[in-house]
Amino acid sequence: MLQFLIRRLSGAVVIMFLIGAFTFFLFYSIPQDFAELACGKNCSPENIAVIRENLGLDKPITTQFWEFMTGIVTGRDFPQGHCSAPCLGVSFDSDQFVWDSIKDRFPLTLSLTVGGLVIFLLFGLGTGLLAAWKRGTVVDKLVSGSSMVLSSFQIYFLGPIVLSILVYNTGWLDFPKYVDFTENPAKWFMGMLIPWAVMATIFTAQYTRMARSTMIEQLQEEHVRTARAKGMRQAYVFFRYAWRGSLIPIVTIIGMDLSALLSGAVVTEFTFDLAGIGRLAVDGSLSKDLPLTMGVMLFGAFFILILNIIVDLAYAYIDPRVRLA
Amino acid sequence: MTTLTKTEGERAPSGSEAFLSVRDLRVRFSTEDGIVKAVDGLSFDVERGKTLGIVGESGSGKSVTNLTVLGLHNPQTSTVEGEIVLDGKELVTATEKEMEKLRGNKVAMIFQDPLTALSPYYTVGRQIAEPFMKHTGASKKEAKARAIEMLDKVGIPQPAMRFNDYPHQFSGGMRQRAMIAMALICDPDLLIADEPTTALDVTVQAQILDLLKDLQQEFGSAIIFITHDLGVISKMADDLLVMYSGRAVERGTVREVLRAPQHPYTWGLLSSMPRLGGDTAQALTPIPGTPPSLLNPPTGCPFHPRCGFTSEVGGTRCTDERPQLPDGRGAACHLDGEQKQTLFIEQIKPRLG
Repeated sequence: MLQFLIRRLSGAVVIMFLIGAFTFFLFYSIPQDFAELACGKNCSPENIAVIRENLGLDKPITTQFWEFMTGIVTGRDFPQGHCSAPCLGVSFDSDQFVWDSIKDRFPLTLSLTVGGLVIFLLFGLGTGLLAAWKRGTVVDKLVSGSSMVLSSFQIYFLGPIVLSILVYNTGWLDFPKYVDFTENPAKWFMGMLIPWAVMATIFTAQYTRMARSTMIEQLQEEHVRTARAKGMRQAYVFFRYAWRGSLIPIVTIIGMDLSALLSGAVVTEFTFDLAGIGRLAVDGSLSKDLPLTMGVMLFGAFFILILNIIVDLAYAYIDPRVRLA
Repeated sequence: MTTLTKTEGERAPSGSEAFLSVRDLRVRFSTEDGIVKAVDGLSFDVERGKTLGIVGESGSGKSVTNLTVLGLHNPQTSTVEGEIVLDGKELVTATEKEMEKLRGNKVAMIFQDPLTALSPYYTVGRQIAEPFMKHTGASKKEAKARAIEMLDKVGIPQPAMRFNDYPHQFSGGMRQRAMIAMALICDPDLLIADEPTTALDVTVQAQILDLLKDLQQEFGSAIIFITHDLGVISKMADDLLVMYSGRAVERGTVREVLRAPQHPYTWGLLSSMPRLGGDTAQALTPIPGTPPSLLNPPTGCPFHPRCGFTSEVGGTRCTDERPQLPDGRGAACHLDGEQKQTLFIEQIKPRLG
């Protein structure tokens, strides 16, 4: 177990390093002088030289890369002051420490993710199980049909519709706005309600379909039939035997969705004008802000890798065949 | 005393005397392609302490019949007609709750593939103990003791330690033993074994068969033994039912059916089986063709498209008229008794070596 964790974590560090290297050198293949870009129009060559020195762009690329990567572990000193570990550099654009920007934006992304997750797991798995239990009945057809329709919607389509009904026409809710939870939990909740609901609707539909189909698949397994042949109650067979087998694909998808959401829900953020990690990533790459892009990339990669390890641990918990001797 | 163990001249008595009595059972599944008549008018009896063997090709309705006895078909996609009477209780019309009490308790089933038939997610011990707790209301501790006792009985070494193992930690033979332990934990009166040895190698197969016989002697259970292995059936069964296309085509005691088979299909089954000590120059004769579609079964005798003896019957009886299976010893075939005997002795027996 410990050995497994050590092996996986050190693997994750290597992958992070490779992602960093890839992003970094890819960025430098853009035929553009970042200093010129940061300086703006009508810039004198002297100014460009100053900026180049300030941003550290005058050093060789490998040195820049090395300084960036070591900065994550040890921290770095910039003209703006000391950037403590994990230092992801200074944004070309805003002159802010990238880590500080991420820290600023992350609570929103976390709120959006966790709130949405709770809603779509509750409803998605709930309705999926219901449809599988009532397979072939009107309930099943209703649930399957509506989840089919909803899952073909998009956030940027459903979002404006919901906004126009609940905000612009009836005025029942205010336009979504992020308020920190620690500041005012009620406002936090009300402000996030529409984004949660819209995002979760689309995810719910996907989870409904997946839960239903994996459960139906599991219910046809021979060992599930054996459990029924032993005289176990139908609900017991359903929730003990079939559900246990369905957990593996479900946990896999949850892990993937969760890591995607934590590294920024771009469409949701843009639809509801929220400034989270997703927006930061888009801003960074559009303005060719290398440190910002690197920072957001590595931040997202971190979640993907950590959640992968957690999902693997969950597999071992669910399925004894995966358990390490 | 029943249809299957009758002595000369005895007629089939009413089904109520047998422990399990199946009368004119019809099972249909509605599929996208139409209605599949998986079992089409099947009748048989099983007595306490006796073993009924059911043989037939894949898709002949053997397993479907026995899953019907346990009521394990999805009522939304299947219809069951006819009568299944177990110890005086009618099962076709029984509620799900009543069936739950019966399953694993009075009637237990051993499935074919012990790898897929045990859940990989729970310990073997737990899976064995579960039905005992459910049916007897025993505590967890009592059930565990009983499960360990059963594991010991089916010949698993160090049963107390093995109780906590998962199925994947068991070998194939041990898994099948565990399945048997699970089926026998509530002392069932009827045990349905659906090809319990097909997935096992021959030495383990022999051990499992011996085990089943010993346990039957100890518990006095009736056994329905489904297989397509005639060698196994001759060792295990008292009576034999040959199934084809969802119907019984021949029945009798094992000795009668294997020594003097009367149905061309049974002849085919026997001719396609190699024997130790048989004439090696004698080629095995497979039954030509494939099993009939259950969606659209042939008219008349369902075996006629594959039967080499329709000309002996003459006319169009084989294609027009469905032959009836007489009560007791007999075969559902239009050939008369004398023809069957002469054909078997002259044409089939020499080939069997």
